[in-house]
Amino acid sequence: MAKYILKRVLISVVTLWVLVTVVFILVRCMPGEPFQGEKMTPEIKANLEAYYGFDKSLPEQYIMYIRNLLKGDFGYSMKYLNQSVNKIIAQSFPYSFDLGIRAIVFSVSFGIIFGIIAALNRGKRLDYLCVIIAILGTSIPDFIMGAVLQYLFGIRWGLLPVAQYLGFKYTILPSVGVGFYTLAMVSRLMRASMLEVVGQDYIKTARSKGLSKAGIVCRHQIRNAITPVVTVLGPVVASVLCGTFVIESIFAIPGMGKYYVESVQNLDYSLVLGMTVFYGSFLILANLIVDILYGIIDPRIRLQESR
Amino acid sequence: MAELMHEKNDDFEIVGKNVTQMESITRPSLSYWKDAWRRLMLNKIAFASMILIGIYILLAVFVPLFSKYGYADVDSDKMNLFVSSQHWFGTDSIGRDLWVRVWRGARVSLGIGFFSAVLNAVIGSLVGGVSGFYGGKTDMIIMRVIDVLYGIPTLIVTILVMVVLGSGINSLIIALVVVGWIGTARFVRGEVMRLKDSDFISAAKILGVKNFQIIVRHILPNVLGLIITNLMMAVPGAIFREAFLSYIGLGIAPPECSWGILAKEGAKMLRVYPYQLFIPAFFICSTMLAMNLFGDGLRDALDPKLRGTE
Repeated sequence: MAKYILKRVLISVVTLWVLVTVVFILVRCMPGEPFQGEKMTPEIKANLEAYYGFDKSLPEQYIMYIRNLLKGDFGYSMKYLNQSVNKIIAQSFPYSFDLGIRAIVFSVSFGIIFGIIAALNRGKRLDYLCVIIAILGTSIPDFIMGAVLQYLFGIRWGLLPVAQYLGFKYTILPSVGVGFYTLAMVSRLMRASMLEVVGQDYIKTARSKGLSKAGIVCRHQIRNAITPVVTVLGPVVASVLCGTFVIESIFAIPGMGKYYVESVQNLDYSLVLGMTVFYGSFLILANLIVDILYGIIDPRIRLQESR
Repeated sequence: MAELMHEKNDDFEIVGKNVTQMESITRPSLSYWKDAWRRLMLNKIAFASMILIGIYILLAVFVPLFSKYGYADVDSDKMNLFVSSQHWFGTDSIGRDLWVRVWRGARVSLGIGFFSAVLNAVIGSLVGGVSGFYGGKTDMIIMRVIDVLYGIPTLIVTILVMVVLGSGINSLIIALVVVGWIGTARFVRGEVMRLKDSDFISAAKILGVKNFQIIVRHILPNVLGLIITNLMMAVPGAIFREAFLSYIGLGIAPPECSWGILAKEGAKMLRVYPYQLFIPAFFICSTMLAMNLFGDGLRDALDPKLRGTE
């Protein structure tokens, strides 16, 4: 186990280092003077110069940059006067985190339930309904999903708030918009996994022992079928993050995704890069946690890895 | 007893061997590909999806060629017109004809989707094939690199590349290929490693067949089905990514249009003119749906073992 965790941590650290170095190189490869803009004031320029150290030699710049990142300093915005990326992240991250957690809880729990219902009713109408939801979910991009939800429930029927993020009512549409794709993914996986487990010998044994059907389903089938779902939690975090980008812009939620999209549109490169490094580290960390979790749950994985 | 048998034998007549009849094949032989094609044709959903994709491709090629409106022609007298006989899908907020724009967008989106998926498949198969076939140190180095690259979130890399290269079709394809090949490489490697140890490859090796021949004649045909399935499944993903990037303002630069751009422009007018979003949205979703279903059908056709598990 220790060996497995060590290996995972090592790969993650190297990955993070590669990402950070790539960002460093890319900034210096940008055509022309990378940080130029109409709104560039001397103060902002001074901040950027101090952060990136363009007047120093390349190795010095690199050391400076790594040291800044180790201190948790992600740089400065080009557009907002004297705003550091850290400050913007500190303001906006709680919203995104809240939305992300809600979306994950919604999509994973409903996805698992749909998957179970579908598998238990294989070949019947309920199964087809769940499969259709799953296929539709993977075919509708989140920006369309978000816009359609907003139009139908917010504008047309006036059931739920159209925008902003002030209370539970406000969180429903964005969470569904972010999570729908994931829900589809999870329910598909859960269904397949349930159907695979049902043919295993231990289910036959349980049946021949005379256990009740409900007992078999709850205690043996679902518990074993749920393990593979943990593997997709890494991609789930990534896809939820991707979803928050557009959903936050659509519903005017002041989260990181909205800032990110705005800074892309404003050509605020330093903010984009700082936030990218933050997002990258966050996702790599999330993947690491999922990998370790999976190793704990399923011993076969860590055996395979350490071989 | 013996007599009885003798008598019985007399009842029979030796007709001799008819060599041509023995060797003749009563049913037409089905190669793997023909068989897969037959199964695909039997799958109604996959067949319908294939037809739909075909129609979309034809429209994407020909509509922009023969329409009287250009996809970037602005007409300030005809802003926000609803669907009519003049403008089949209406016009957008600056008076551009949406029918032409939808199909121009289809051309760009489908083009990027297919092209990047093919590039990914080629690069991934080459790297994965080399890694799996030669094994040893080569494999170890390639796998370590892949492990690290795989850990970097795709989304982040794509965005970074787009920020640095600037928007445009070429940079989009580069951004989608930079990390897209890794998935293919991983599964091709696994498949090749499995095949490498199988008996027919050992037999070929013992007979002195050269490595190149083994790869081309024995390994490639066996993984090709999987690679093609994977490729088809990757196309909707690439279209999705393109639309997402264009939507957040990193993909295609106006006046060029893609489905992502159309959805973005439509979303801005959603409150007043919902059709401007819903028309492109319908085409994006139906394409994704058709491609997902076709991909499923293709997988079932090319690998019957997997059928029904999902």
